[in-house]
Amino acid sequence: MQFPKPAKLRLYSQIAFFCLFIFLLVRTEFRGSFTTSASEIRLPYPVGLFFQLDPLVAISNALTSRALYKGLLFSLTILIPTLFFGRFFCGWICPLGSLNHFFGSWKSERKRGKQLLESNRYKRWQNVKYYLLFAMLLAALFGTGVVGWLDPFSFLVRSLGLSILPGINYVLQAALSAFEHNRFSPVQTAGGIAHFILGFLILNFKQPYFRQGVWLGLIFIFVLVLNFRITRFWCRALCPLGALLGLVSRWSILGLAKHPQHCTDCNRCLLRCQGGDDPIGGVPWHQAECHLCLNCVDECPEKGLEFKFFPADKTAGANLQRRKVLTGLASGVALVPLLRSTTGFAAERHERLLRPPGAVDEEFFLSRCIRCGECMKVCPNNALQPALNEAGLEGLWTPIVVPRVGYCETSCVLCSQVCPTGAIWEITAKEKGWSVDLNSGTKPVRLGTAFYDRGRCLPWAMATDCIVCEEWCPTSPKAIYFRPAEVFDAMGNPKQVKQPYVDPTHCVGCGACEHACPVQDRPAVYVTSVGESRSRSNQILLNRKKS
Amino acid sequence: MATVNTISRRDALLKLLRVAGTGVGTAGLAVWLNHRSTRPEVEIAIASKRGHTISPDPTFPDMAIIQGEDPAQLARQAVEELGGMRRFISRGDVVLVKPNIGWDRTPEQAANTNPDVVAEIVRQSLNAGAKRVIVADVSCNEPRRCFQRSGIAEAAQKAGAELILPDPTRFKEVDLQGEVLHAWQVFDPFLNVDKVINIPIAKHHALTGTTLGMKNWYGMLGGQRNQLHQRIHESLVDLADFVRPTLTIIDSYRVLLRNGPTGGNLDDVILKKTLVASTDPVAVDAYVAKAYWNLEVDALPYLKMAARRGLGTYEFEKLRAVTKQL
Repeated sequence: MQFPKPAKLRLYSQIAFFCLFIFLLVRTEFRGSFTTSASEIRLPYPVGLFFQLDPLVAISNALTSRALYKGLLFSLTILIPTLFFGRFFCGWICPLGSLNHFFGSWKSERKRGKQLLESNRYKRWQNVKYYLLFAMLLAALFGTGVVGWLDPFSFLVRSLGLSILPGINYVLQAALSAFEHNRFSPVQTAGGIAHFILGFLILNFKQPYFRQGVWLGLIFIFVLVLNFRITRFWCRALCPLGALLGLVSRWSILGLAKHPQHCTDCNRCLLRCQGGDDPIGGVPWHQAECHLCLNCVDECPEKGLEFKFFPADKTAGANLQRRKVLTGLASGVALVPLLRSTTGFAAERHERLLRPPGAVDEEFFLSRCIRCGECMKVCPNNALQPALNEAGLEGLWTPIVVPRVGYCETSCVLCSQVCPTGAIWEITAKEKGWSVDLNSGTKPVRLGTAFYDRGRCLPWAMATDCIVCEEWCPTSPKAIYFRPAEVFDAMGNPKQVKQPYVDPTHCVGCGACEHACPVQDRPAVYVTSVGESRSRSNQILLNRKKS
Repeated sequence: MATVNTISRRDALLKLLRVAGTGVGTAGLAVWLNHRSTRPEVEIAIASKRGHTISPDPTFPDMAIIQGEDPAQLARQAVEELGGMRRFISRGDVVLVKPNIGWDRTPEQAANTNPDVVAEIVRQSLNAGAKRVIVADVSCNEPRRCFQRSGIAEAAQKAGAELILPDPTRFKEVDLQGEVLHAWQVFDPFLNVDKVINIPIAKHHALTGTTLGMKNWYGMLGGQRNQLHQRIHESLVDLADFVRPTLTIIDSYRVLLRNGPTGGNLDDVILKKTLVASTDPVAVDAYVAKAYWNLEVDALPYLKMAARRGLGTYEFEKLRAVTKQL
């Protein structure tokens, strides 16, 4: 058996890591078990693995928190080898890189003949990613996690998890429903079998919906479409992780050796070049741009290219301009005060800024959260949604609880389990404290406090019995209590109803009342963030009982 | 003799045919579509099978109140006293067992039915010759968490039951033909089964004082069931009238005395170690309400309404009851 060519090996590696990534993403979901009654629910797979391998997330986390959150130390397994071998990660592992690679290899009008060769030459604009990286890292140093807007895994999880996968689920459910409601029974049976298999593999129990889902999806598709113009435009020009690894690979000992005596200037090495790093003869090779895809070696008919340790050839580094580096750094410095010059952060918090349980105080939260959407993907009630303006521009795509869509489940702490950066600090159901022995002295995590809109509440406004909110309230004693009251109906007849009240000493702000309220469009009971346990300033009561 | 500006007769004819064909086709399609036009209406509610009762048998008592240590043994004895499972289940029956799996709680918190009781009833139904035994409920909290953490999924599955979770695609619009409930989304396991065994758990409930057997039928509805509280007594009777269960077993092994129906705190739970079973869904509710909450019939208007509708009697004292201590 012949050993496969190195470029083939790379392809296998890309496929394997891509499949692993998709598998972990799809399994970022509580699926329930009929064979165990384990009351503490955790996900069986290390679904945050790719974030833990991501040196950009690790460095950003280290800069913002002056520490490194749990699994992020694993990113050294990528960073250290990059020092020696260069950007192998981009070419061999990164699932977004693989997607771009795949779409970049499609034939397109814009990349034909000479145009293709020209598009794969090194361009000065490839440096943009370095300047972006500098800006993001400086911003991180001053306390914001916005690097996640462009981090490839955040981008991929956010786009796939909150838009593309829900879209696929929608299509599959529609197709299955068409099959299962067909009038011919063999078609129905086939639909049933397909439903069973797909249910096991990918289908969601309940169709998930996400705010801004359409935009997240369109941005993702746009990035993929860019490949038809310039292969791996994202990787070459935008990716801050690629930039970081490019800088790290500066002293890499593995490099491209060009043998000019073999070169016939055929330019075939440019045909499938991924990084735009100039493997051709006569010009220096750009080490920091190369993804080590090995296509050039594979393509060269004269065997004039090889990757070897300690090559003698002169190579070009990242080739940065001092003035632009300074501009990048300066914009990073300016970014934080600019983002926080609005009232939202300190002076006028959005009332609906309900953070998931375990979330750290807003300042720390904004600095750690990388807007990846893992928590939103895993939430079994679809309660976590990407913020638009609730947390200011800086908080774009950070998670908020939207109780009308879904409330926070009493004993669930999955979002805190999957958060890769400790923005949602890992807690146990016991620490969450929503259904524990009251005498245990545990202080519950509070997301906010519920309030009544008495103009819309049935017993208050319409002389009608209801108190579904009280029924759903998960604390014990319940945070919603009621008093019998005599009211009059439209005919003037006296009537006894139970009118609900909130006891703020027991309310944890889970939003179950808001979710269950029968006033469908604008519920008569709603939760706002005041009283959230993570904040010292966003409080109402002088003394909130330790319950 | 090349003719530059003319076209052969054959070509002209073909062209004409093509245009005419497309025109006629389009017109035909348009007329047909025009004919089909009706105002869009939501799914028409279907009428469904109602009632799962068996004929009364004076040789057996009407109600069994069994006390003891082991929940499964209590379930066995309760059914035995009422004549054994073969009285209720015929060979080949499809049986629906309806526990309360409403909340994301553990068995000790007593917000859901005791899993051992559910498993025992599943086992007995299968032994009595049931073809399929389905365990299903429309949970309030996230269903997968409820099914798992209640312990019912595991216990029922081991006993041989088929579990059906409230997948949103499994609801049908059904006409409940009630006084206040008409077209509602009904969870499909509740349609077209032969026998239905209701196994609620006795819990406190703020609106009605207690939630027992008839309140457990909330768990067959989808849709906007949070409206039901507005006419709760009429709703309860409408649902009970629709289902008419074969047998009701109220799990009072652990009783949630306060903060129902969700509970959460172990201090709210009291151990009564009792099961109350009856073929009369009204009497069993009346008995448990009186026994654990000291609620008279007048405090629970739905009992009298149900009796008036012929669903059973609230005068449980007049029934032949057997009480046993194991």
